[in-house]
Order: sequence, then C-alpha cells, then structure tokens
Amino acid sequence: MSQPRLETMIGRISMKNPVMVASGTFGYGPEYAEFIDVEQLGALVVKGVSVEPWEGNRTPRMVEVPGGLVNAIGLQNPGFNGFMKTYMPFLRTLTVPVIVNIWGRTLEEYGQIAALFEKADGVAGLELNVSCPNIKEGGIAFGTDPLMLERVVDLVRKQTTRTLIVKLSPNVTRIADFARMAEAGGADALSLMNTYPAMVIDIETRRPVLANVTGGLSGPAIHPIAVKLVYEAAKAVKIPIIGMGGIREAAEAIEFLIAGARAVAVGTANFTDPATALRVADGIQAYLVRKKLASVSELVGTVKVGS
Amino acid sequence: MEHGTTGRLEEARVLGQDPVGEDYRRLVLHVPGIAAAALPGQFVHLRVPGLDDRVLRRPFSIYRVKGDELLLLYKTVGTGTRAMNALKAGDALSVMGPLGRGFPLDRPDSVPLLVGGGYGAAPLSFLAERLAGPGVVFLGGRRAADVLCLDDFKRLGWEAKIATEDGSLGEKGLVTGVLDRWLDARPAGAPAGEIYACGPDGLLKALAGRAKDRGLTAWLSMDRHMGCGAGVCLACVIRVKRPDGNGGEIWARVCKEGPVFESRELVWEGAAS
Repeated sequence: MSQPRLETMIGRISMKNPVMVASGTFGYGPEYAEFIDVEQLGALVVKGVSVEPWEGNRTPRMVEVPGGLVNAIGLQNPGFNGFMKTYMPFLRTLTVPVIVNIWGRTLEEYGQIAALFEKADGVAGLELNVSCPNIKEGGIAFGTDPLMLERVVDLVRKQTTRTLIVKLSPNVTRIADFARMAEAGGADALSLMNTYPAMVIDIETRRPVLANVTGGLSGPAIHPIAVKLVYEAAKAVKIPIIGMGGIREAAEAIEFLIAGARAVAVGTANFTDPATALRVADGIQAYLVRKKLASVSELVGTVKVGS
Repeated sequence: MEHGTTGRLEEARVLGQDPVGEDYRRLVLHVPGIAAAALPGQFVHLRVPGLDDRVLRRPFSIYRVKGDELLLLYKTVGTGTRAMNALKAGDALSVMGPLGRGFPLDRPDSVPLLVGGGYGAAPLSFLAERLAGPGVVFLGGRRAADVLCLDDFKRLGWEAKIATEDGSLGEKGLVTGVLDRWLDARPAGAPAGEIYACGPDGLLKALAGRAKDRGLTAWLSMDRHMGCGAGVCLACVIRVKRPDGNGGEIWARVCKEGPVFESRELVWEGAAS
C-alpha cells in the first residue's frame, strides 16, 4: 500500500505535512535550525512583527507551572526593518512556507504592517495576532469584540494578497461568532488558540511572579480547551482551521484534526524538544497507516458526536 | 568576538553521579558531540527524565570535559535538580548544547583572575583547564562545604585564595575582600589582571563595580531563569548598553548573547555602575 498523503492546504499555502510551529515558540527561523531540519516542517511561523521595534515587558516574563507555562513577553520584536535585515535573508533560503505573525497597537498599524509585507518576497502568509493578552495598547480589544475583529480583518485583507490567517483568542463566550466574523472579514484561515489569560502569585512575597502581573497560559494544560474551540469553530465556518494548544505528541495533533482542523501547530513543546513538530508529523503518518486512511483530509472533521 | 559554537540536540547516556559534600552532586554524561564542541562558560540544556508535567528544560553550566564525557556540578535546589538525583548509570537523557557565548580564551597579555561563588566555581574549573597559563582563583562560599573545585585548580598549579562567610575555610568574609587585598598588594607595573567570574548576582554586581573603579576588564557569567535556551522565547533577557555606543539600553538574551558578558556592557537594575 502506498504511503498516506500528508499534504494539506491552508489558503493558497501548500504544506507537505499538516504540522507547523506556533508563533513566538520558534523565533524567526535560524535559532532552532542549529538543532533540527526546519525544511521538514509543514510551515514555519515566525514571532510577531510590528511596524516599529518593540521592547516588550519587564522581567520576569515567564514562569513554569504544572502542565505548561505562563508568559508575558510582551511582543518584543525588531520591527519590520530589523526583521527584514536580520532574518529575511535566512528565511529566503528555505523552501518551507514562511508565515509571518503580525500585530499592531492601532487599526492603522495593522494596515501598515500588512502593506509592508505585501512588498516582501519569501513570505507565503500572514498570521494576524488579534488576541495576544499582553499588550494593553490594543490586542485584547480587537480579539474580544466581534465588530472590531471584522474591522481589523477587513482592513488587513485590503492590504494583502497573501494567505491571511487570523489567530483567535480563547477568552470569548462564543468562539463561533468570532470565527464567522473573521471569515466575513476575508480571512483565508483561522488559528486556534492563543494563550489563555492566567496569573501566578508568589505566596511568600504575595507578589505576582510576572512583572506584567498577568500572562498567557500555554502547554498541555490548555489542550482540551483548544480542542473544544476548534470543534466549535469548525462547525461555524468553511475556511480551514489550524489547531494549536498543548501538542506534545502526535495523539494531541490527531485530536485537533478529528475535531475539524486542517493543520496543527506545535508551540510550547518546542522548548521541551525542538524536534517535536517532526516527530508529530511522523506520528500522524503512522496513525493514518494504522487506520488505513489514504490522506489527512480523510481524517479532518470526522469526530463522531451523538449516536 | 565569538566565544560560542554551534549547538546540537544529542541523546546522552548517564555514566554515573556522586555526591560532592552534602549539597552538591557531580553528574557524568557520555555525550561525545557536545563534549567535543564545548567551550568554557557555555551551558547545556537538559530534559530531565521523570518531570512529565514540566515543559521546560533545565540549564547547567559545563563543569568539565573529559574526552567524550561532560561533567556537571549541581546543587539540589528545586523540582528539576531533585529529579536529577534519581539519574543513574545507563539512563538516557536529551541534551541541547553547547549553548551561548562563553569566556574569552584569547587574552594572553593579562593575568587571569577567576572569581567563583559556590557552584559558580564549576565553569571556572573548565576555564582554568583551557587557559594558556595559570593565574589566581578566588573562591567564596557561605561555609567550607560551599567552596568547590579547589582540587581541580590545585592540580593545574593555580594559586587559590579562599573566603567563607563563617570562617570555616580560608579568610572569614566575602571573596571580594580577598580579591581587593590581592589587587592592592599588586606591585606597580605588574601585568594587569582580568576578571572571569561566575556566582550569585550580588557577587557579579560587586565585581562590576570593582572593575569600573580599578579600570579592569571583567567577564561575568550571568544566571537568569531560562525558557528555551536557544534565543527563541526571550524570557532570560537582561538590560545592556546599546553596542553602537550612541547611548540607551536594549535587551540581550542571556542564553544567546551571554551567559558571559563584559561588565561594561551590563546595566544593573537600580544602579549606575
């Protein structure tokens, strides 16, 4: 029997396997290239880039908790020019599709950063961060207000011909509403989910551990939350969904696919093992063989609910 | 100036571990690729077995390299190091390394002055092995049991100066006091000393102040809570002066631009040193 087909499409991006890496957990590309063959990824999603350089939050910025970590890095990044100069030459040498995560503090900045990348060669897609819980100047408002979400997606859509992925916040009452609004605004795909708002207190000093007071929880602890959101969003929209949150092994990725995701992303587990995404892709292949399925698409959205 | 090498992911085999006094342990790993590439001051990032609900690796400075073997010297202080106590010969564990930028090895015109606090002595032992000629090592700790690696330095023919806070070994007091008196007694015209240090933040900050006051160069190995260890997560950042010399500060990643910094690069919180 021939090998099952792992190829999947996200917008106009053709991926050789459905496993990408999540923004903020893989740097800008070259960092983990010392340790693994990044060409074997389904796609490489780089850390968020804004129009101007951004300092991010004070330290401490990260704290480990059982089942994950809470971070409040605060979107530190070198800005568009710094990114293009420092990292784009390396990224252009790759054949793996490169997706750039973008964000802005205002509606105008979202439009500007999308327009800047429209002229950049070597970028297959943009992932719109409307949900980072760490920046007071914007993020949260776009991601948790359906009308603002549609406005920002519509604005960015008008600035870019690249595949546009909208990364949704889990911190909403009905994810289906936000999924539909992003689709209506012109998104080619959705990624679900960003970190979940969280807080850790040092009981000796009674102070928050993070300098930013609160942060976002990621890792295995959030995986079942993310599966539920993917399941609900997949029922609400026709555009493909990228499932992410707590993937360590192929089993968690396969859950996302069954729930309705067309692709998945490995995040926090990159810190545990930079080769996680490659191992997960192999594991999905083995699962398809074992279940006698010819392709990933035969698995997507096949969750059996009810009798 | 580059004092780093390319890192890799390697499956290590534990050859054994043994106690060093009451609180410390020496872990020996068979990990040929990383051992061959390791430089003094660099570190490795371990995935500690048995910590299934933990997502982060644990960083350790490299104590010594012997052929294909890498030695680590660690103190049991938390979840990760407690789990490491259970490692035994034959166990496998994933190691990332060697990581970061270590100490410079190309400074022949100065006398190396190594200053270690507690297990900060470990990477200095590796450094002493790789430096061209002997210098002076200054070791400090709370009590005699916290003064580590003394035999390593003696074997290499280094002069060792000791201070303990309780006076149980060497002079009673802080290691910086011993260093001060040594520097004060130095004859005029003698070759300049250059400081290489690893230890608690208070010690490193004090050394940065001494370096500034006395016009010395000091290489300080910084320790910050680390996430990825590979320059990705931006958790371990510290403030440094802009390298272009135009004033202002930027973040530097301890895991990538460090852990060793020249003291004049660093901006200390709440101090102008």
